[in-house]
Amino acid sequence: MNESSAPHLVVTASPHLRPGDSTPRIMWNVVGSLVPVIAAAAWFFGVSALLVVAAATLGAVLAERAFGRGGSLADGSAAITGLLLGLTLPAGLPLWMVFLGGAFGIGFGKAVWGGLGQNVFNPALVGRAFLQAAFPVAITTWPTVGGGFFTLKGDLFALPFMHPVTSAVTSATPLGLLKFEGKGTEIASLIFGGRGGSVGETAALVILAAGAYLALRDYLNWRLPVSIIATVALLSGVLHAIDPHKPDVPFMLFSGGLMLGAVYMATDMVTSPVTNLGRWVFGIGVGILVVVIRVWGGLPEGVMYAILFMNALVPFINRATQPRVFGTSLRTTT
Amino acid sequence: MAISVGFRHGVHPPEEKELTNQLPIRRMPFADELVFPLRQHAGKPALLCVKVGDHVERGDTLGEADGFMSVPIHASAAGTVVDFDWWPHPDGSMAMAVRLKVDRYAPQVARPRLVPRWEGLTPAEVVQAVQRGGVVGLGGAAFPTHVKLAPPKDSAVHTLIINGAECEPYLTSDHRTMVEYAPRVLFGIRVMMRSLGVLKCVVGIERNKPDAIEAMRAAVPADLAVEILPLTVKYPQGAEKMLIKAVTGVEVPSGKLPVTVGVVVQNVGSVAAIAEVFETGLPLIERIVTVSGHGLRRPANLIVPVGTKLRDLLAFCDGLTADAAEVIIGGPMMGQAQANLDAPVIKGTTGVVVLAKNETREQRSWPCIHCGRCLEACPVFLNPSMLGDLATVGRYEEMSANHLADCMLCGSCAYVCPSNIPLAQLFQASKTALRRQLATVQ
Ligand code: SF4
Ligand code: SF4
Repeated sequence: MNESSAPHLVVTASPHLRPGDSTPRIMWNVVGSLVPVIAAAAWFFGVSALLVVAAATLGAVLAERAFGRGGSLADGSAAITGLLLGLTLPAGLPLWMVFLGGAFGIGFGKAVWGGLGQNVFNPALVGRAFLQAAFPVAITTWPTVGGGFFTLKGDLFALPFMHPVTSAVTSATPLGLLKFEGKGTEIASLIFGGRGGSVGETAALVILAAGAYLALRDYLNWRLPVSIIATVALLSGVLHAIDPHKPDVPFMLFSGGLMLGAVYMATDMVTSPVTNLGRWVFGIGVGILVVVIRVWGGLPEGVMYAILFMNALVPFINRATQPRVFGTSLRTTT
Repeated sequence: MAISVGFRHGVHPPEEKELTNQLPIRRMPFADELVFPLRQHAGKPALLCVKVGDHVERGDTLGEADGFMSVPIHASAAGTVVDFDWWPHPDGSMAMAVRLKVDRYAPQVARPRLVPRWEGLTPAEVVQAVQRGGVVGLGGAAFPTHVKLAPPKDSAVHTLIINGAECEPYLTSDHRTMVEYAPRVLFGIRVMMRSLGVLKCVVGIERNKPDAIEAMRAAVPADLAVEILPLTVKYPQGAEKMLIKAVTGVEVPSGKLPVTVGVVVQNVGSVAAIAEVFETGLPLIERIVTVSGHGLRRPANLIVPVGTKLRDLLAFCDGLTADAAEVIIGGPMMGQAQANLDAPVIKGTTGVVVLAKNETREQRSWPCIHCGRCLEACPVFLNPSMLGDLATVGRYEEMSANHLADCMLCGSCAYVCPSNIPLAQLFQASKTALRRQLATVQ
């Protein structure tokens, strides 16, 4: 071969083959899997659901743009945070609050930690916790399902810091009903949606199907949702058997944000353990906390706090569940 | 076929073997000029024993072995020594090398028998003959074969394992060797078994080479206890520790050699080379090389004279395609990318792979998202995610406390990392940095 026929060669370190997957691809797949969930939300809550999700996403994306490293929007992780946050909120929450929640989630849940991969807490839940603390009334005002598609719920367009006038028809969530009024909810409406609750928590089946897709493509680790759901089922089953006044298993599984939390929040790779054993520990921990908070705590919903609490333990879980090194009986230490 | 066995973890890169696995081995003609680095094997480089201007015959010694942990280097063609100077080495560095102008009109007939016949030699004489033949492991690491034939006296070796896994994508030289030269491989096995005094030998072959498994089975002589064992197709099945685990079920203790579990491992090409030096009486001056890849016009399995420059080898295969992007010596998982096509094929060169643009890695990487895929891939159960974090901030002592020394640099972790973090490269650099630190302390 003569010199001129040799094309430009690159010299890189091994391994030289391009892997099949990339981090942005994982993230955008998660975004894609949320499309049917959002569509279901729109089915139940009309355009309000879309507005809430859009506002949260806008807040998250703009915050990433402002605080993140150059080009970090392209990895898709900020979009996930925004979409997930939107799905945890009531459809009637004033949009400025929603926007603020998204921005806070990215700003304080991720950027201050050093960006993608560095944060300890799930940014979407950080945004949710912020809104819960800042606007405790507005965030527990759950509009009813139904009405025309274009009927706006609640005070979506309330101006910032004006006290929202809660004029819209509201209803309690199934968990609230049970906790504060001792009323049950039809199990069918829990599974197939169409009851009070946050934008995205109302269609368990759609969430499960999306989760199954992600698990099959290895974009989420099945051990997390399986351990959470199994723990909640087992524990609430035992409690219900002992005291029939306690909620039964289907109710515990399909009410509130459990499915959304188990499939989408707990499985955030950055804020869950890196080892498989650790993932079981994490999932079982979340499951126990959810049941404890719901049954004995002062709050109707426990998923958010359960996951945030376990997020804080992840470094310790990782350390305690390091793999055993080949040819030794030792685990790595750090 | 019996059930196949393997090891835990590992990865499944595209095999890409069908480019060459049905192509019979052909011979590559002598190039005009050959280059022989004196450092082609693990251990001490050979000592130069010719001068510029000397005429040598095919098989003549160019460099003598420097002690027991060394082997000689021989001329692979008749010609004239024209230079002794620094030259690009396939490991990416420069090395002192003999340049030989090939005599175009020489018949290239070697002198008769530099290596004696095997029959009737004592074990010590066999070790000596194998060293004189310049035989090294042909699987890549180029460990002197005669050293393996003389294990420490206090070790109780009971099993010889022959590595026919060939788990690197694209490479098919061992595969073709087993298909076309099975009796020769078995003769080499006989030599090794006799020298080591072992009664049992297992040949591990990945299941994706059914024709090799069949050919080897058919060639096993009645008086030799050789088992042909199909292995799971998985990278890095051919790594010594993984192979031993697959065959014996035992994990070689961290930091220890296979002899501690009574095993010696040798690769298929290397046993064939042992057989060949005794059969022909010629030292190791040529080897089988797979030249392949989507960036190459005409992939092939070739018998290549040691010292052939990549440039000539690729030209013989009709050169590179327009979208060729990277020329690698060895396989794409652990091989070395070449900046200079003047680097020669040496004894340890298993293959030359030319990757097309769309197969090569992207430059950019993302932060670690703790997906855990690298932990699931690492065959020695390290935590590459954590080691990578430590490497980027230079905490090398902590890395070594976390078993960096057990890392084989197999690249499985980096291959599966969705964030495209060059983990294996980081670990190699960290190992080097640690060695330097250690050297300055002493
Ligand atoms: S390169 Fe090292 S850390 Fe990575 S998979 Fe291979 S042995 Fe494990
Ligand atoms: S595969 Fe890459 S991104 Fe995933 S945990 Fe390992 S280093 Fe991090």
